[in-house]
Amino acid sequence: MASALATDFTNKIVYTDEVAEFSPEVVEEMKSHLVKYPPERKRSALIPLLFVVQRERGWIDNAGVNFLAKFLELEVTDVWETATFYSMFNLRKIGRHHIQICKTLSCKIMGEPEITEHICNKLNIHPGETTADGKFTVTLVECLGSCGTAPMMQIGFDYHEDLTTEKVDQILDSLK
Amino acid sequence: MEIKAIGCEPLQLKRMHIKDGHTLKVYQETGGYESLKKAMNMSQDDIINEVKASALRGRGGAGFPTGMKWSFVPRQSPKPKYVVCNADESEPGTFKDRYLLERDPHALIEGMLIAAFALGAAACYVYFRGEYRYLIDIMDKAIDEARAADIVGKNILGSDFSCEFFTHTGAGAYICGEETALLSSLEGYRGHPRMKPPFPAIEGLYACPTVVNNVETLTAVPQIIEMGGKAWQELGTEKSGGTKLWSVSGHVKKPGVYELPMGYKDLEKFIMEDCGGMLRDDKKLKAVIPGGSSVYIMNAEQIVGKGVTMDYEGLVVGGSMVGSGGFIVMDETVDVMESTKNLTEFYKHESCGWCTPCREGTDWLVKIFNRISEGGGRPEDAQLLLDICDNIEGKSFCPLGDAAAWPIQSAVKRFPEDFKKWLLNKTNGNGVVANI
Repeated sequence: MASALATDFTNKIVYTDEVAEFSPEVVEEMKSHLVKYPPERKRSALIPLLFVVQRERGWIDNAGVNFLAKFLELEVTDVWETATFYSMFNLRKIGRHHIQICKTLSCKIMGEPEITEHICNKLNIHPGETTADGKFTVTLVECLGSCGTAPMMQIGFDYHEDLTTEKVDQILDSLK
Repeated sequence: MEIKAIGCEPLQLKRMHIKDGHTLKVYQETGGYESLKKAMNMSQDDIINEVKASALRGRGGAGFPTGMKWSFVPRQSPKPKYVVCNADESEPGTFKDRYLLERDPHALIEGMLIAAFALGAAACYVYFRGEYRYLIDIMDKAIDEARAADIVGKNILGSDFSCEFFTHTGAGAYICGEETALLSSLEGYRGHPRMKPPFPAIEGLYACPTVVNNVETLTAVPQIIEMGGKAWQELGTEKSGGTKLWSVSGHVKKPGVYELPMGYKDLEKFIMEDCGGMLRDDKKLKAVIPGGSSVYIMNAEQIVGKGVTMDYEGLVVGGSMVGSGGFIVMDETVDVMESTKNLTEFYKHESCGWCTPCREGTDWLVKIFNRISEGGGRPEDAQLLLDICDNIEGKSFCPLGDAAAWPIQSAVKRFPEDFKKWLLNKTNGNGVVANI
């Protein structure tokens, strides 16, 4: 398979002082998370807010992190410390559709290798790579709690279960 | 996929097949929130004593008696107290909580509010694994419904009991299913486990007294209050009270979520009859992991004709553990060296990196497994795997290390042929059989 890695998708994090800007609606949404926690425990909102940044900016970038540090009155390193621990935070730019195929035991023995091969051949990339047009990123991930309906994948936040190669084709073809 | 009760009335699964069972209206029509009303007319001690009498044990995997856990909370402490639900269901082979959260979210709210009332808690948090975003949306709607009906928030049901109720998301970290790592994560930090003691009951969330319970543990609480602790216990056995959900995946005809009374007989019947038997009729049963990936793997000889009882004590006698109740059934096409390698990759990926035995140990285990699967296995490699496991088990900061070691220890001992065939090094051909 030819590698279709675009350089954009592999750039190292460049640390700058740039601070991201968000629309008033998004800032209101962020504030709505803060009310869940005691006022002196704003840091508790960090993970939910990192998801908001990722949704708005496509990934966890330097400017988004700088915004959260100001918003939550944290050090920039505090935000990076948390962001780099959790596998759902993308620290590099990824494709528009993030295909996450479960590779843990139940899925493995119920047909995951065939599904992975099919998807990678179809998109002409390896797991961990992004298509040249920036549409798809494929990642192999650990157990997503759909073992009874294996094999499965999650695209964005949507679960797709009891997969067959035909079903995978339908799902991928329906994505814009 | 099947979702049904066998050998008992569906309790946990009561609303799984009722239309709109996730709504407040249907929940109340089917007896919902009656237990909360009943509990709010009981004393805090009486509630905790009912839970103790029920012999309910934590359904997340550790199996710690729930009533005892609650009784450790210093209710007279001036600090706020918290009830936290562990909905970070990430144990490979386990997916029972997902269906409870999807189809019966109010049962969790009710169970948590009863716990909060018994402990005098100021707020409840439900910590979801980040991948379960659609379940967070369902739970948020349920909380809004309950708040509008004065069931959560200020002056619950017109009383002077107030308790806030929130969802919180993780972001992809198995370790956050460990209760102290979950609390670190809920505070916005990396999911590192904390030193115990102090236990969360004394210093948990924000260093305040906190109870952390699994979803299935908390959804059992309304049933216990409704029928009384003793009656609920008698559904199961003396030490393993009530009913339990089992997730079943792998090579069976009817994978799914099954509710069984504790002490169900027996494991062979469960797989071969209740779950429809082997997926492919011409393939024999080879291996079963009964409690999520972190328990000992069982071979067919330990199951067939052995009458293994399905409860905490019975599965230990049978050679494994209840754990989270996640069955992974494997037929003879599975190579147990490869399946164990797969699970070891999981533990390596999920090791939080906090302590050396687990961080370095799981990395070395994967390296050795890679060598074996690439055809370079050395005769001494099985023993090497066991030596490394010995240096992780009991020596890591939290139970993740043990969980990584146990599958390997049991696989090497119970499936020696699957390792031997990889370890008879073809290139030096000296015929030395691995010391298994």
